[in-house]
Amino acid sequence: MVAKAETATRIKRPSYWRRWWRNLKKSLGPWAYIAPAGLIMATISFFPQAFQVWLSFTDFKAKNLRFNLFDSGTWERFGPDIIGLDNYQRILQNDLNIATYDFLRTLGFNVTWTVVNVIFHVLFGLAIAMVLNSKHVLGRRFYRAIYVIPWALPAYISALTWANMFNPDFGAINQLFGLNIDWIKDASAPIGGILGWLPWAFYAVLVANTWLGWPFMMVVATGALQSIPTELYEAADIDGATGWQKFRHLTMPLIRPAMVPAIMLGTIWTFNQFNVIYFISRGGPVGKTEILVTQAFKLVFENQLYGVAAAFSIVVFFILLIITLMQNRLTRATESYDVA
Amino acid sequence: MLPESLTKRFRREPKVRERWTREDVYRQIGIQIFLLIVLVVVAFPVVWILSMALDPRGLSKPEGLTLIPPGASLDSFRKVLFEPFQLLCTGQTDDTCMHFAGLLKNSLLVALGTAVFAVGFGASAAYAFSRFKFIGRQAGMMGFIVLLMMPSTGLLAPLFVLLSQIRIADEPLRSTLMGLAIAYAAGALPFAVWNLKGYFDTIPRDLEEAALVDGASTIKIFYRIILPLSAPAMAVTTLFSFMTGWTEFILAWVFLDNPQRFTLAMALRSMQGQFTTPWPEFAAMSILMSVPILFLFFALQRWIVSGLTVGSVKG
Repeated sequence: MVAKAETATRIKRPSYWRRWWRNLKKSLGPWAYIAPAGLIMATISFFPQAFQVWLSFTDFKAKNLRFNLFDSGTWERFGPDIIGLDNYQRILQNDLNIATYDFLRTLGFNVTWTVVNVIFHVLFGLAIAMVLNSKHVLGRRFYRAIYVIPWALPAYISALTWANMFNPDFGAINQLFGLNIDWIKDASAPIGGILGWLPWAFYAVLVANTWLGWPFMMVVATGALQSIPTELYEAADIDGATGWQKFRHLTMPLIRPAMVPAIMLGTIWTFNQFNVIYFISRGGPVGKTEILVTQAFKLVFENQLYGVAAAFSIVVFFILLIITLMQNRLTRATESYDVA
Repeated sequence: MLPESLTKRFRREPKVRERWTREDVYRQIGIQIFLLIVLVVVAFPVVWILSMALDPRGLSKPEGLTLIPPGASLDSFRKVLFEPFQLLCTGQTDDTCMHFAGLLKNSLLVALGTAVFAVGFGASAAYAFSRFKFIGRQAGMMGFIVLLMMPSTGLLAPLFVLLSQIRIADEPLRSTLMGLAIAYAAGALPFAVWNLKGYFDTIPRDLEEAALVDGASTIKIFYRIILPLSAPAMAVTTLFSFMTGWTEFILAWVFLDNPQRFTLAMALRSMQGQFTTPWPEFAAMSILMSVPILFLFFALQRWIVSGLTVGSVKG
């Protein structure tokens, strides 16, 4: 009886493995579409990442550079020693013999830098998009075209231009405002108190990156604002809503779906903003404006500590992952609103 | 007849003339003052770099802030465009050095190659992620997004080793423009897939179902229906991938060893000396490099907004 029942069910429902096999065969079509991109990502991104993970457990230095993964003849002579979690420990305990290196300060600065920047980008971007979106604006198209210039310019050209403008001797900023500030090398803080740890260089890179970053937010906000039907505002006007009420209860919830992904993208871009920091302040003075990516770059190209740099990159990756997951959670928690 | 949600995307706002009240005029003056202030802030660095390029004196001895410097000339542009780059030579004589035209050709090849690889392969992958249910779909998408977050500077060393091993026509792939374009495409792909998938998701399925009934294959649906309807997102993704290839120089600097293959971005970087920089020529070069990108941006401006946001609006 038992055996009979079993065969009956087997005829009705194919076994788990059989269904899986059938799904797998059906999946081949979609995977064929992904294959070209997947192949490139696997060789150029994923494989080096895996190599990097291995590297982070070794003491790979300049003398190991003739090591070749694909030539077993070099393994014996040039292969680095496996040292376990040593690199990670040294990174987190500032045990690297680099005078300006301080992991927690760099991380703290990086987070501060990202938060302040993204807030400014969104505030300016949204405000200017809203002004440009008001009922009558002469030269609307002209302004929109000019305003995307900071975004359209190659980032390192803008960064080098700003570096030139902040030059203490001939830079435009000092000449224009009649100042005599050594923006990059002066380690003192213009604002004391809780902001006492941020030197002049912070404000220099902040100005440059705000100039660089707000047009993206303006473009996204413009798209979102244009998709709101004007009838909604007319209805709010009839109900006697104030400007703030209209913004708070109409504009904000309706542009949210477009702004949230843009803010997440902007956060990752700003967190990894290599060009502005590296070309304007170079992380100085005394490493006070160093961010994680510039530090990783220096570990490779200035200190030639390849193993340490690999471990550092992996730590940075996990920090970014945590930030993304947190942002995801935060935005999802506040997602449920009613348009009606 | 296209559904309304699609025709709306391509339609321009109609122009309506209305009578202005006195209040409207005052508002307009306020708006214009605000917008002009923003305009000055946005334009200032651009004007600064223009005046640097026109300044024949260099900037070793500055004499105050003048927008059009005395004796302004286009000499630095002439130098950059027609004189050989002394730092990028294969031999001792001037004719072995790179000229602007050669650098431009290399830059165009790399940038176009990056765009073709990233958009072509990205669109194909995005189509699969957007339209099919299959094993490993979630894992595949997560893979692309996670790679978007990886800082790429740390990948130089392993990539160098890897691409040196792949040889095409007795040359390592690493030192060819093709290898460079593929490496850049890998950097641009995660954004391409993410952005294109978001846009594909907003295209109603009714069209495809109708085509399926008529016996069209999935490939035909892809390039006859999905691709033409995604023009804005395709344009934006192409623009961004092109920009990656056009401006990147760190990877190029490590990979390429033959100056005959160097790009404009690398030439610009080579001008940034340890102690001195020829600022007029540097500024002229920056402007020449930015003009094509700005031109593309303005040409595609109408599509940038929808190409970037339509996908995310729907979520």
